Amino acid sequence: MARELLKGNEAIAEAAIRAGLDAYFGYPITPQTELLEYLARRMPELSRAFVQAESEVAAINMVYGAACAGKRVMTSSSGPGISLMQEGLSYIAGAELPAVVVDVMRGGPGLGNIAACQSDYFQMTRSAGHGDFRPLTLAPATVQEAIDLTGLAFDLAEQYRMLVILLIDGNLGQMMEPAELPSFRQNVSATPEWAVDGAEGRPQRIITSLYLQPEALERHNLNLQKKLAIIAEREQRFAGLYLEDADLIVVAFGSAARVAQNAVEAARARGMAVGLFRPITLSPFPMHALAHLAPRARAFLAVEMNAGQMVEDVRLAVAGRAPVRFYGRLGGVEMLPDEVLRAIEQAMRDTRVTTNGARILNAEVRR
Amino acid sequence: MIAEECVYERPTGLTAAHTHYCPGCTHGIAHRLTAEALEELGILERTIGVASVGCSVFAYNYIACDFVGAAHGRAPAVATGLKRVLPDRIIFTYQGDGDLASIGLGEVLHAAARGEQITVIFINNAIYGMTGGQMAPTSPPGMVTTSSPGGRDPQRTGYPVRVCELVAQMDGAAYVARRSLHNPAEIRRAKKALRTAFECQMNGRGFALVELLSTCPTNWGMTPVDALHWVEERMIPVFPLGEFKGGER
Amino acid sequence: MVRGRIIVDTERCKGCGLCVAFCPKGVVHLAASLNAAGHHPAQLRDPDGKCTGCTICALVCPEAAITVYRTFSVKASVSAGGVCALEAAS
Repeated sequence: MARELLKGNEAIAEAAIRAGLDAYFGYPITPQTELLEYLARRMPELSRAFVQAESEVAAINMVYGAACAGKRVMTSSSGPGISLMQEGLSYIAGAELPAVVVDVMRGGPGLGNIAACQSDYFQMTRSAGHGDFRPLTLAPATVQEAIDLTGLAFDLAEQYRMLVILLIDGNLGQMMEPAELPSFRQNVSATPEWAVDGAEGRPQRIITSLYLQPEALERHNLNLQKKLAIIAEREQRFAGLYLEDADLIVVAFGSAARVAQNAVEAARARGMAVGLFRPITLSPFPMHALAHLAPRARAFLAVEMNAGQMVEDVRLAVAGRAPVRFYGRLGGVEMLPDEVLRAIEQAMRDTRVTTNGARILNAEVRR
Repeated sequence: MIAEECVYERPTGLTAAHTHYCPGCTHGIAHRLTAEALEELGILERTIGVASVGCSVFAYNYIACDFVGAAHGRAPAVATGLKRVLPDRIIFTYQGDGDLASIGLGEVLHAAARGEQITVIFINNAIYGMTGGQMAPTSPPGMVTTSSPGGRDPQRTGYPVRVCELVAQMDGAAYVARRSLHNPAEIRRAKKALRTAFECQMNGRGFALVELLSTCPTNWGMTPVDALHWVEERMIPVFPLGEFKGGER
Repeated sequence: MVRGRIIVDTERCKGCGLCVAFCPKGVVHLAASLNAAGHHPAQLRDPDGKCTGCTICALVCPEAAITVYRTFSVKASVSAGGVCALEAAS
């Protein structure tokens, strides 16, 4: 496959198709609509299921239905639509169904605006609905990574019978950049042993999230928590830049991490020992790696396109061993490298971080 | 020579479970008719039911086919998801009036408008049973419920929603009928309507909905037999019986 | 005359009385005794053999708790013909 110029939303759509997407159900909302439009054309071409639902509420419940049949299924939306989907997301988590949900974040609260924002971090990492659960949340920073993580999202969803969120913002959804699509997967797996497809020659199967007896629901919840603990152990992912000698570590995800990277490079050019820690899984948050860095760095600076949400996870990981500062822009205002650089300089002054010689290291992805 | 023949027995489409329904609740009749229809049409083993939220939330414990439980009102959307990926299976929803006519009115109307190849069984007992007897969108004027303690006053709480009449307006709806479970003759007609609705799906004709007027003796505060009379006297005048679309002419 | 009888699954029965109300021959009653769930189950009390096995009790039963049997005299000459061979005893 050759590299081509691809738009984020469309790249995710095509990556999902190539990962074996059987069904898509969605509803138009900016800035994710190209994803729906692309699949409206492509899915029927491939004789796969596509429905433009009457609402996000209906869309997520169609996802729930198709997931009950053990199919690879996806929907996409943005803040207000994701809020409407939350009941369904909770049912998907409760019934342990595999499903992939793309959230192309925009500004909020309320109708907010359609500009790129990262204000749904809490919503998509803490729990994507009522009840005790967390989704598995992936946050790509480039179109290429969005493609790669889309394939991974389906694999993780299936492996863990789990709700997997692909969390991007309007910037990444709308931007075009060179990327390479994977080839079509030939996986067509058999109907899983838990899925419904008619009880011919076997006992009836029931898929529900209803456990009326408290003891039974507690057992179910403990099983869900056990699964989340396994995921937290195995699936933490991040990328690092200049972390080896960094006195100040900037922590940022998604498109904010790209802006932050420019600022980090500029700081390095000025002789500041600054590194970048970019979480790729937001849930589970890469606690282990960040905790490991906590004693070595003098300070941390979380940079987000919101009022400070991921910074809480940074603080949990750092656990008081170093100061944690925050810099963010709200309401969809584009954050510029210069202002992040100023925040870095300010943080270094405030936290008495010394500067040493710049050592340029290549970015590396760690699990 | 004298021979004895069994002329009626419990359908194999029902599980052995005892129901949780109150004595005289006609959910049990609707379950039985559904099971009989699936069994007689030979489709029980390729049918997936979608249970809803309300008293019939445990329908999957009683009807012996694959089942999924849907969120309140969303059963037609869940059924849409299932049918679109399993087009050769028979998919039905079983929903009460709070579920279908109130919180889920959008889902059922749009499923009908899309002509989804699903069968909707709609139990209308004019009240929220599971939550303890609140006013439903189908409560007739004057009906006393826990949330209309002085009787439903249309000036303040509006008028009953007639689902069949609404759904029949949708071009995608192929068969729409309202039947009642208040006497043996109507129960037989209800069974026929359910069969027709499933046949509609088997033949790919489109969306089918059967509304069954039912009782809730407990929340209505009546004996089971009085409740059947109440269906005849108070519900049928508001919800006329018949085939609204796709029936025999 | 066709003769019938019913068997009520007394543990399944909730004593709602719909079968009693609709029995055209008035031969279904609620028992004085209680079942394990505390209901008075329906029972056939038919000393005069009025039950015809019409199935109406089963049709209105919300618990699918009633099995219905019908007794026929069978003409030996046509007994191989399945249902058509069954003829009501005169």
